[in-house]
Amino acid sequence: MTIATITVNGLELTVDSELTILQASMKKGIYIPHLCHHNELEPVGACRLCLVEVDGNWKTLACKTKVYDGMQVKTETDEINAIRKVALELLIADHDTDCLACAQNTNCALQRVADHIGVDTARLARMKPREKVLPVDTSNPFFDFNPNRCVLCGICVRTCDEIVNVNAIDFAYRGLGTKVAGFGDKPRLESNCVSCGECLVRCPVGALTEKNYQRPVSYVKTVCSYCGCGCGLMLGVRNNRIVTAKGEPGNKASDGKLCVKGRFGFKYVNSPERLRHPLIKRESGFVAVSWDEALDYVAEKLADSKGESFAAIASAKCTNEDNYVLQKFTRSVMQTNNIDHCARL
Amino acid sequence: MTNSIAEIGGAKTILAVGTNTTAAHPIIALQMKNAVRNGAKLVVINPKEVDLCQHAHLFLQNRPGTDIPLLMAMARVIIEEGLYDAAFVEQRCEGYAEFEQSLYDFSLTEVAELSGVAEEKIVAAARLYAKNTPSSILYCMGITQHVHGTRNVLAIANLAMLTGNIGKPSSGVNPLRGQNNVQGACDMGSLPDVFPGYQKVADMTARLKFEQAWNVSLNPVPGLTHTEIFDGLYSGRIRSLYLIGENPVLSEANASHAIEAMKRCEFMVVQDIFLSETAELADVVLPAASFAEKDGTFTNTERRVQRVRKAISSEEEIKPDWWITAELARRLGGKGFDYTVPAEIFEEMAPLVPSYSGISYKRLDQGGIQWPCPDEKHGGTLFLHKDRFATASGRGRFTALNSPETAEKVDDEFPLVLTTDRSLFHFHGTMTRRVFGLNVLSKAEKLIMHPDDAALYHIEDGEKVRVVSRRAAVEVEVRISADCKPGIVSMSFHFSETPTNMLTCGEVDPIAKTPTTKVCAVRIEKIKSVEVH
Ligand code: SF4
Ligand code: SF4
Ligand code: SF4
Repeated sequence: MTIATITVNGLELTVDSELTILQASMKKGIYIPHLCHHNELEPVGACRLCLVEVDGNWKTLACKTKVYDGMQVKTETDEINAIRKVALELLIADHDTDCLACAQNTNCALQRVADHIGVDTARLARMKPREKVLPVDTSNPFFDFNPNRCVLCGICVRTCDEIVNVNAIDFAYRGLGTKVAGFGDKPRLESNCVSCGECLVRCPVGALTEKNYQRPVSYVKTVCSYCGCGCGLMLGVRNNRIVTAKGEPGNKASDGKLCVKGRFGFKYVNSPERLRHPLIKRESGFVAVSWDEALDYVAEKLADSKGESFAAIASAKCTNEDNYVLQKFTRSVMQTNNIDHCARL
Repeated sequence: MTNSIAEIGGAKTILAVGTNTTAAHPIIALQMKNAVRNGAKLVVINPKEVDLCQHAHLFLQNRPGTDIPLLMAMARVIIEEGLYDAAFVEQRCEGYAEFEQSLYDFSLTEVAELSGVAEEKIVAAARLYAKNTPSSILYCMGITQHVHGTRNVLAIANLAMLTGNIGKPSSGVNPLRGQNNVQGACDMGSLPDVFPGYQKVADMTARLKFEQAWNVSLNPVPGLTHTEIFDGLYSGRIRSLYLIGENPVLSEANASHAIEAMKRCEFMVVQDIFLSETAELADVVLPAASFAEKDGTFTNTERRVQRVRKAISSEEEIKPDWWITAELARRLGGKGFDYTVPAEIFEEMAPLVPSYSGISYKRLDQGGIQWPCPDEKHGGTLFLHKDRFATASGRGRFTALNSPETAEKVDDEFPLVLTTDRSLFHFHGTMTRRVFGLNVLSKAEKLIMHPDDAALYHIEDGEKVRVVSRRAAVEVEVRISADCKPGIVSMSFHFSETPTNMLTCGEVDPIAKTPTTKVCAVRIEKIKSVEVH
């Protein structure tokens, strides 16, 4: 890592010279307004909000310019503030303002930008109102796309290209009519989208939102229960129910990413079809019994078949601890090595 | 996996054999696609034109069951063109001469004919793999679910050793394990011939160690494998079965045999989170906690041990699997089953398993650790076989191979080859079928059929047909697509309404006892009467 010393708004900072002005400043806790920047994606400079003045004589986009030793940065000047204000007003004029009903409320990058720059409602009112409200795409079973809340930052488009390599979506149409769409502007479900939700988690505003989203009160770090990738999973919990999930940032196996099963497939845990009681089969069918009754009954039956007439099938879905105890039980109590699982399948 | 998931991004050539990675292991597929983006070459070997082919530089669409000839032909090209790593073969391996000899059974022309892959493609793949290094091989069920699955794996190992693509970063022989904790279940000794840590039950020293640790005397005779257990139930040799979290009614090859076997079982206990099709057959069903309701560890396909944490409490009468088994053990007079939390189980296990000895819950709180991790100071192992192989001599052993026969042959009565596949949106089915949205994305089973075959049998897209094998028949809707070659059809096995594995063949690989679900001879019968024009 090579070091550069830069000055931001008169404050001297020592930073990694590989970083952009935006990354370096944000890292040091200095906010520069932005919407289209995402740390995992190539910068595009689409929102123009991160304009800064460098060395007192030129203006550049902080997201696309690397720092160098001795660089002098000003994040606000009268001129920059004026440009930003117009850019923001144009965005808001074309955006829903029912923030309280939005899943991203208080988490939204547009709110943050508006908070920083300030909004003049009188000026906004004079702007030409939006021509029409676009239909919300609710075709995907897990998330919705509301183009009326989209700021056209392109983060979803770049995520689907650069990270997921599926390229299900892109900008369609021109000018004011520009929107994010799948091939032929058909519903998202009919595109080649694999429903991974990587775009959803990166959307800085409320344009892409999880269906029936409830904000969790806490997250618990665990591991996905589906495939052998073993992705780090953060389960969002509220009132003893799992309400959402996200990738564990920095997990060595999955680097914060998830596929459709990991992100949305936890819902079976809350399924009403879950088994709730031990069951014993009687003539009339299964009867719910207490644990003591069930365990005593099983123990009594198994006592007769210790040795080679007993077999156990373990589960590759269960934990190491579950498997260890089962094989120990089979070998030490049932006195047989008849134990296997489905690895062969 | 010999190497790590994160290393895939650094490979220059990736050889993906028999894996539909974007569907079965999506996050590993991200790494592969990322590598390609950064200039790596991707070679796909698969009977079906899987999604990954869109990113591939070379696609070798071979007939099902012809992987060994293909891999051996590649090895021969590598030797004949002098592209092999002589120093690695000399210093790190053994058995080369015999292996080289066995290659002369595989002429390029014959292999091309047999596999249906053009000679130039085989040569190009061999050159890329040997020259554009480091090269990493990834493989999955397409390789193991064959009568000759074990030899398929050996053929892959041969290729890796020949070119020195093992024991180095971003190289290796990387099986992608299916279920989340297959690796862990094996490590923990849920296998008939080994204790935890792959220590042989037949080996006296190993047995003594576990007898002392558990304070019992242990049976030295290796037990029955999964398939043998079902045969044993069928024949009456096994009378009682304790089955945890599995659904053989859907997943077992030749499922009707498995169902009959379980029906014959005198006493069957099933422990699961749902009343699965298999649980319906049980005498007692025990409700188990899901992964979100318990603590523990999983070990992923790259040997990374990670903590599973309880996120919510289950309903009162639902219990973790370890608790249920320990309760049973105590009632049957077992000693040493007084665990109160899973951490105690891990603490008992780790000292007994050398590759886990340095791992503890405390360390895992800082992040996952890849075994082998022999002591507390050890940071875990990114890739295996760096300095020596895990054999007695420490050398990698080449295996001489000949051309295998597939168990199932096509004939006039059963002219098509059925091969099974997976959907991105389902995992076997017991869990995913209970997630509403995943069923919207993938509602029902489809038989994939090439347009030429469809024309031959006068079948239209979306038409319901009957698929008949030598064992059973199922009805399914057809989707016409060029993803399979003519003569080959494919189905997945996630839907109990369409039990694909009723059709497949129960014949097993003689070494690993893995049943073949990848090659099965079938015919297609029309249900709708043929219109006469
Ligand atoms: S969900 Fe995944 S595949 Fe679909 S558009 Fe978003 S990033 Fe692309
Ligand atoms: S949907 Fe979200 S991420 Fe995509 S362009 Fe619109 S605001 Fe940006
Ligand atoms: S999130 Fe997807 S890729 Fe990751 S472990 Fe779960 S199922 Fe596998």
